[in-house]
Amino acid sequence: MSKIELENPQAVQDEVRDWEQREVTSFLTKQKERKEQFYTSGGFPVKRTYTVLDAQQTPVEDIGLPGRFPFTRGPYPTMYRSRFWTMRQIAGFGTGEDTNKRFKYLISQGQTGLSVDFDMPTLMGYDSDHPMSEGEVGREGVAVDTVADMEALFDEIDLEKISVSMTINPSAWILLAMYVVLAEKRGFDPNKLSGTIQADILKEYMAQKEYIFPIEPSVRIVRDCITYCARNMKRYNPINLSGYHISEAGSSPLHEVAFTLCNLITYVEEVIKTGMNVDEFAPRLAFFFVCQTDFFEEIAKFRATRRAYARIMRDRFGARNPESMRLRFHCQTAAASLTRPQYKINVIRTAFQALSAVLGGAQSLHTNGMDEAFAIPTEEAMKIALRTQQIIAEETNVANVVDPLGGSYFLESLTDDYEKKIFDIIDEVDKLGGTIKLIQESWFQKHIADYAYDTAIKKQTGDKPVIGVNKYIEPEEKLDVELHPHDETTAERQINRLRRVRKERDNAKVSALLEQLVKVAKDPSANIMPVTIDLVREGASMGDIVEKLKKLWGTYRENPVY
Amino acid sequence: MAENIRVLMAKVGLDGHDRGVRVVARCLRDAGLDVVYTGLHRTPEEVVDAAVQEDVDVLGVSLLSGAHMTAFPRIMKRLKERGVSDIILLGGGVIPDEDVVALKKMGVAEILLQDTPPNVIVDTVRRLVRERGAR
Repeated sequence: MSKIELENPQAVQDEVRDWEQREVTSFLTKQKERKEQFYTSGGFPVKRTYTVLDAQQTPVEDIGLPGRFPFTRGPYPTMYRSRFWTMRQIAGFGTGEDTNKRFKYLISQGQTGLSVDFDMPTLMGYDSDHPMSEGEVGREGVAVDTVADMEALFDEIDLEKISVSMTINPSAWILLAMYVVLAEKRGFDPNKLSGTIQADILKEYMAQKEYIFPIEPSVRIVRDCITYCARNMKRYNPINLSGYHISEAGSSPLHEVAFTLCNLITYVEEVIKTGMNVDEFAPRLAFFFVCQTDFFEEIAKFRATRRAYARIMRDRFGARNPESMRLRFHCQTAAASLTRPQYKINVIRTAFQALSAVLGGAQSLHTNGMDEAFAIPTEEAMKIALRTQQIIAEETNVANVVDPLGGSYFLESLTDDYEKKIFDIIDEVDKLGGTIKLIQESWFQKHIADYAYDTAIKKQTGDKPVIGVNKYIEPEEKLDVELHPHDETTAERQINRLRRVRKERDNAKVSALLEQLVKVAKDPSANIMPVTIDLVREGASMGDIVEKLKKLWGTYRENPVY
Repeated sequence: MAENIRVLMAKVGLDGHDRGVRVVARCLRDAGLDVVYTGLHRTPEEVVDAAVQEDVDVLGVSLLSGAHMTAFPRIMKRLKERGVSDIILLGGGVIPDEDVVALKKMGVAEILLQDTPPNVIVDTVRRLVRERGAR
């Protein structure tokens, strides 16, 4: 491997030492530094400054070129010089009609991709009239029970032209089936649909805690989505491997990406077991990370993760197609970093976080609304968030050069540190018996909980400054925040439609298909997608399907650690 | 003498956001309180029944799903049905200000919102138990 060649490295070293002895020492006698030792938010020590001597540690090939292995500098050769990242503000509340209006508003404001947030019952596979759904229908996202809701949700939106990301996990395959049926009804070509279902169930057990079934059948469902899409929906991402929720649940940035890659390894192993070649499905694996507040650390995290992914896919799984080694990710600013006090400054936090995502080479981006420490965002808050992205894209000129920070002594050094630590964790997980075993032993969960606790204590002591919360507090602050209103008629409107569908459908057909579903579910080598598509086409609801499978597979309950 | 404050921390409904509840549980435990956490996805009724069975001083309910105005009334109702008047009910999570006022009126002793420092949470629990007096 080639390294940066210095004509006289000893001379450089001598100069650095001389600088430390003269300028630095003399300055320190006049003015001490703010801290004895500086760290990134994630705990990586950082030096006073970095020099070409640090850059010499990084093989030139590891930095490489954009769009070429190991993809440190970006998945594509021209990046934002060709097309900006997709501006993808998530939205979802009320019924399909309610969210459809928000989508159309966002599109009219220049948004270039759609992203759907579902309500808790939909995320957890309950129908809107189930007792567990009380108070939650259309509250945190849009309610979807049947295909009829999807028709309302995407009414008059051309799904061959705009990509749609759906944030949904244990019930993702049902939503995917509904999307397929909706496309059928509207005459769209499934191979022209582009979008993503999150469907990353392993991080649910680790972090976000939206799960229904035990781990084994849940991973099988993910496998089925991946193989189904590889064969039938060429442009669709069947999974969005998500560090975001691991981070929001409290993990360190290192654990966010390392744990996500542990999950990746598990899924890839499962799919390969079916006999599918890695290059057949890997190009459509997509990722989702957070951009937190430590600016350079986040950029290094993204770059290191791209490099680690490329190596895993090539060296561990034998991928040969470069597209299988190219990590593409959606990014969202850090919701847990938003504050209630002086909430308007959340706009600024979000802007810096978004800038780190862009400098880190994200393919799509959601910027949070300033009011999200109170409730789901208003239209105004979403507009400002979208404008933040538009300013970065069109006013700052940061998008005109690919990986403008590449070659920075500091950033390359931190990128290296990150990559090394990522592989240390992957090795440890391999040695301890693999991801699924360690989820069952709460190994990941404990790491996440520990870091969340440390963060809370650091905020309490002021070790981690949060403006408005533990610094520059305004005790007399009067909040003038206008919140997104919840329409109290939502549940009733939603349940009425569900009842209408149940009345109008052919119930004998649905029952027969549900029996067929059980048969397919019992055969672990079968793919669950086709029968699910048949079911939702006939008007089966999410609850019909999930309740049936709960009887077969049971449900998952975690042993919480804290 | 140990203070022997018993706390049940709970999550109700479908909400899976458990970062806060676990941090709070650990802070209280580290401060020497006796803490039990229900885990996720409990009904309001299950949570009250567990609180009664565990004979706790404090029931802390965390909600970040927006369903608090449905969940807390059900908790209050169940407490009444079980004839309980000496369990201190605390709430936490993402809850808008006007709902905080409404919930306190309903009988929730205190709502501790995000970014409440751990030591303030511990102090609040101790103060409320002290104010209630021995049982």
